[in-house]
Amino acid sequence: MAGITLLVLLIGLASIFWQLARARAVQFRRAVRFGSLPAQHGWTVALWAVLPALALLVVWQIAAPALVTDAVLRTPAAADLPPPGFARATLLSQARALATGHGAESVEPLSRRLAPAYAAATRRSHWIATVAVLALAIGAGAAALARVRAGTPARTRVERLVTALLFAASLVAILTTAGILFSLVWESGRFFATVPAQRFLFGTHWSPQSIVDDAPGDVLGALPLFWGTFFIGAVIAMAVAVPLGLLSAIYLSQYAAGSTRRLLKPALEVLAGVPTVVYGYFGALTVAPAVRRLGMALGMADASSESAMAAGLVMGVMILPFVSSIADDSLIAVPVELGEASLALGATTSETVRQVLLPAALPGVAGGVLLAISRAVGETMIVVMVASAVATLSVNPFASATTVTRQIIDLLTGEATFDSPKTLAAFALGLTLFVVTLALNIAALALVRRHRVRGG
Amino acid sequence: MTVKIAARHVSAFYGDVRALDDVSIDIDTDHVTALIGPSGCGKSTLLRTLNRLTDTVPGARVEGDIRLDGRDIHGRDMDVVELRARVGMVFQKPNPFPKSIYENVAYGPRIHGLARGRGELDAVVETSLRRTGLWDEVKDRLSDRGTALSGGQQQRLCIARALAIEPEVILMDEPCSALDPIATARIEELIGALSGRYAIAIVTHNMQQAARVSQRTAFFHLGRLVEYGDTSDIFTNPRAERTKDYITGRYG
Repeated sequence: MAGITLLVLLIGLASIFWQLARARAVQFRRAVRFGSLPAQHGWTVALWAVLPALALLVVWQIAAPALVTDAVLRTPAAADLPPPGFARATLLSQARALATGHGAESVEPLSRRLAPAYAAATRRSHWIATVAVLALAIGAGAAALARVRAGTPARTRVERLVTALLFAASLVAILTTAGILFSLVWESGRFFATVPAQRFLFGTHWSPQSIVDDAPGDVLGALPLFWGTFFIGAVIAMAVAVPLGLLSAIYLSQYAAGSTRRLLKPALEVLAGVPTVVYGYFGALTVAPAVRRLGMALGMADASSESAMAAGLVMGVMILPFVSSIADDSLIAVPVELGEASLALGATTSETVRQVLLPAALPGVAGGVLLAISRAVGETMIVVMVASAVATLSVNPFASATTVTRQIIDLLTGEATFDSPKTLAAFALGLTLFVVTLALNIAALALVRRHRVRGG
Repeated sequence: MTVKIAARHVSAFYGDVRALDDVSIDIDTDHVTALIGPSGCGKSTLLRTLNRLTDTVPGARVEGDIRLDGRDIHGRDMDVVELRARVGMVFQKPNPFPKSIYENVAYGPRIHGLARGRGELDAVVETSLRRTGLWDEVKDRLSDRGTALSGGQQQRLCIARALAIEPEVILMDEPCSALDPIATARIEELIGALSGRYAIAIVTHNMQQAARVSQRTAFFHLGRLVEYGDTSDIFTNPRAERTKDYITGRYG
């Protein structure tokens, strides 16, 4: 509460300083013709008022709880507290809850006695923070205001600040990725401490529900999962998505009349907007039974209703617009002159596409396919609904198959404790998936970039 | 003097914009015809109507009558593939395929099935490259990419590519505008060597080039053919005031 009031006060101060600095700078305006604009002086001073104060506020917010607890511990009532440990922490947190007006039931008497001290210390802390932050804001702002002169390079400072802000914004994504990777690596490290990596990566027996405590590695061989993921995502799904996507892109970019293109392209893009859960329904209710009947008709007794084929087909349709869109972009990025050169030699459109446009667009298309594989491999919802929970190692597309993502879900929705090998195995699976998709994405981007350099 | 292409009352439109307005012109077998005029005057559009490359532009429309050896190029019996095979084209920007030098030249003969066997194809490639003076420069690296050559060499490769299917007409759309003076001189030399054997129409912005390489010159302005005659006449004794202004550099 006090934090928000303080923020509002700070913003108010900043706008006052902005006005003051601007008004001051306007007077210098005539002296230097191409000096910084008054508003830029305004921003510099306003930021001087706000940024150090904000930094102090952040530091205070981090330090305050410890300081408050420290003050409470120095009161006479605290002498009765048990030594540091679980009991002491519970008593203190109850007292803190009481002081802020939460949780009144079944509170220890000692906590009740400590609560007023907590309340007082917290109040004091707020006051100190408010005064210190406001004083710093006014002081720093006034100092900056005094430095506003005709020659102050406010413009460069504002530019530098903009750069810093933009950099910080782009850093968020990178830091998040790094953080995710770190937590994955950390938990996976704990997993690999109990199960050897080669056992996990190349073991062929996966049945985490029958895990034994002293030899978890025996049932955590993930090869069937990797195979299933590859078979469904990279083989069957791509066998659907690549030819259809490519052919539709060729039609749309080279053959379709403008009106057809205006109709078909959005229709294809709608397909990309269908939630994967809906694909999952469709797969589980319609495609999977049909595939099973087909398998039976072909004389396969073990045709499953949770087959690799069903999951792969549905996933292929899901990925199709993505492949088509990238192939379309790559074909359109081929310089018009190349197509014209071929046509002017008397080549037909299909000859031109086959011999000139497709080869030139190939790196871009290949990059798109790799990106598509990485999406298919990471896709979860469809395989949760369509693929099997049982890990089998089979090249028969009509047999049941499972994927890494499906198993991660199963591992984490169980009742195992957080640090059991079963749960940690999910992190190891996640890490493997992350590394594979990262490698695919890097390769894809490199291909697409090379394509751009050559095409452009 | 034999008329190779006869265009009568040709108009071309890009959507609602009229790029060519009732142009009638003959392209002779024995002469190089230069098409000159300020930017946007329709000379490139005229070139593209002659091999129906305008067909590939969405929203483009051509009216009028164009005949190749007396046959209507829009007629039922004229396949656009045959038309373009007989009327070759060289573009403003050198546009070799991202394939080897050999494959660039072999492209046309392969498409049209003109060579029987590797030996014949090799011969066609060599002849075409020799005709453009490129053979000695590239004979040891025929498998290098065509795009790795210099700009002037690329343009000669594109000419060789067009020659490889033995067209009857060669349309050149500002073939030297992306080249340096030395490369330009080589191309102009080449045009001189090819004339007589092929009917050549060349669009150019360069007055001196038109004067050097052509025997007939057509001056276009705002989509209309203003004046057409012997190059020597056009440059020394233009009949139209606008032609005179343009070739003397008063505008354009």
